[in-house]
Amino acid sequence: MQQSTRALTLTLAAAALLLLAFPFAESKFYTQLLSKIMIMAIFAMSLDLLVGYTGLISLGHAAFFGLAGYAVALMTPQYEAPDLWTSLPAAVGLCAAFALVTGFLVLRTSGVYFIMVTLAFAQMLFFLFHDTKLGGGSDGIYIYIKPEIRLGETSLLNLDDARHFYYFVWIMMIAVYGFLRTVLRSTFGHALLGIKTNEHRMRALGFATFRYKLAAYVLSGALAGLAGYLAALQFGFVNPEILSWHQSGAVLMMVILGGMGTLFGPVIGAFAFVLLQEMFSNQAVLGAFAKHWQLLMGAAVILVALYLPGGLAGLLARPGRKKAIEADDG
Amino acid sequence: MDISFILIQLLNGLQYGLLLFLVASGLTLVFGIMGIINLAHGSFYMVGAYLAFSLSAMTGSLLLAVLLGVVLSVVLGIVLERLLFRHLYQRDHLYQVLLTYGLILVFEELRSIIWGDDVHGVAIPALLNFSLPLTDTLSYPVYRLAISGVCLALALGMYVLIQKTRLGMMIRAGASNREMVQSLGINIKLIYTLVFALGVALAAFAGMIAAPVSSVFPNMGAQVLIICFVVVVIGGIGSVRGALLAAILIGMADTFGKVLVPEFAGMTIYVLMALVLLWRPEGLFKRA
Repeated sequence: MQQSTRALTLTLAAAALLLLAFPFAESKFYTQLLSKIMIMAIFAMSLDLLVGYTGLISLGHAAFFGLAGYAVALMTPQYEAPDLWTSLPAAVGLCAAFALVTGFLVLRTSGVYFIMVTLAFAQMLFFLFHDTKLGGGSDGIYIYIKPEIRLGETSLLNLDDARHFYYFVWIMMIAVYGFLRTVLRSTFGHALLGIKTNEHRMRALGFATFRYKLAAYVLSGALAGLAGYLAALQFGFVNPEILSWHQSGAVLMMVILGGMGTLFGPVIGAFAFVLLQEMFSNQAVLGAFAKHWQLLMGAAVILVALYLPGGLAGLLARPGRKKAIEADDG
Repeated sequence: MDISFILIQLLNGLQYGLLLFLVASGLTLVFGIMGIINLAHGSFYMVGAYLAFSLSAMTGSLLLAVLLGVVLSVVLGIVLERLLFRHLYQRDHLYQVLLTYGLILVFEELRSIIWGDDVHGVAIPALLNFSLPLTDTLSYPVYRLAISGVCLALALGMYVLIQKTRLGMMIRAGASNREMVQSLGINIKLIYTLVFALGVALAAFAGMIAAPVSSVFPNMGAQVLIICFVVVVIGGIGSVRGALLAAILIGMADTFGKVLVPEFAGMTIYVLMALVLLWRPEGLFKRA
């Protein structure tokens, strides 16, 4: 048992290092695609903290992702680069604040109410940016110039460069993974798992469960904000679509597809989901039918829901663990 | 703002609210009785609207189209329940969300393949295509009044079905204890299929009669679905009575929001929901 855990850790570390070497071998297209995937991996990990570890199924997680994107776009004067040192903490902080306020409301509900209410609040934000002139309406806003960190004359980090951006995202992904791993191993993390299993018992044991859930919600929202910030910089624009509920559904799909409650599962899920999406919408593979890639994606989602409740991580992990995931599902 | 203007807005709000009720009641019934959260419920509304578009073009009559469309949507409901939803009753909400999310993508793409991505209009039946004069300058379309009337009749019909008939008794019993009902020799599987088909038919019917007013367009299902979630959350999940009250409330809030604060009209109903959540997190009518 110990050995298979170690084998898994080694495999993951090897995969992470392989990613590090990637930009030297391949084309710019794939470097950018992988950057996008790693951003989605951060996004999916942040949702796993809620879905997989606290038992809160959010269908409005794109709200934080989009809010951070809009924050950086709105904070930056049109023809200047966003300042990394101020805009990143500000965007993430704004998401944390939004999570604190909405969390106070949505956490008053549970179960199926929670699913609907998170969706509704995300939708509220969608309409705020879609209907008002605040964020350029349905067209959105462009971020023309990417941040750069300079030391005198030398450029230390230029996010306009695909490779620089790739490594920046890689570091962020590893940092988020390490951070969440540490958090989940702490008393706080164990308390969250306790809440997921039996909230009444946790409350009886003297845990202020509402505060724990709120803390998890805020942390999760802030990390989703980090992902949204990176995504806005990569694409160079934000529009209401990035906080639409399709985005929330997609990230939930990544978490389940990879295997919730494992932390590395959502990373695998993000890779699998985006690559699947690329394949289905690739005209070279499917010809004219590629236009209707959502049909295949939808079918894939249905099949995963029916036949792969433990996700891909459930296939990888040892049989004992797979059973535990299945038992959880009941 | 004079009286007749307010009257028009009231009638619009009522009509919109009652239409929402038809969709939301199916959502809340399916949840209350089978414990299923169905994201694809809005897609049934969309299917209804597109069926009305095609069938009325084929038959030349909206009434015939609606009759045919209701039969087709009941069949669709039975098939979906047998093939997919039946496997989800004992599963966690998470997988229900996921499967029905996948179903939305499938429905949207099928819609795109069959009907394309254009906006279509459906003609108002000639019999109802006139307006009642309110003042010298203002009048109100009869078709909208007819929608409200039909919806009210259906709401009454549902009340009678659930509260007064033998079938309704079985449905209510099935909602509170599935095993017990089954051991009394009632075919609970059949009842689940019927309830699900009823929900699909109600949503599709709403889409059909709304089609001449709202026109027929892509993603119309998702829009309705999310508003219906708000309705169900405000009304209390599983409560048909709550859904009726909440739907009319939302219909009014949305209609008057569009007139009074046009920029923020999209947000009014969510603000309303936030207020209700602060006051009563379980909705106005807790499930009986």
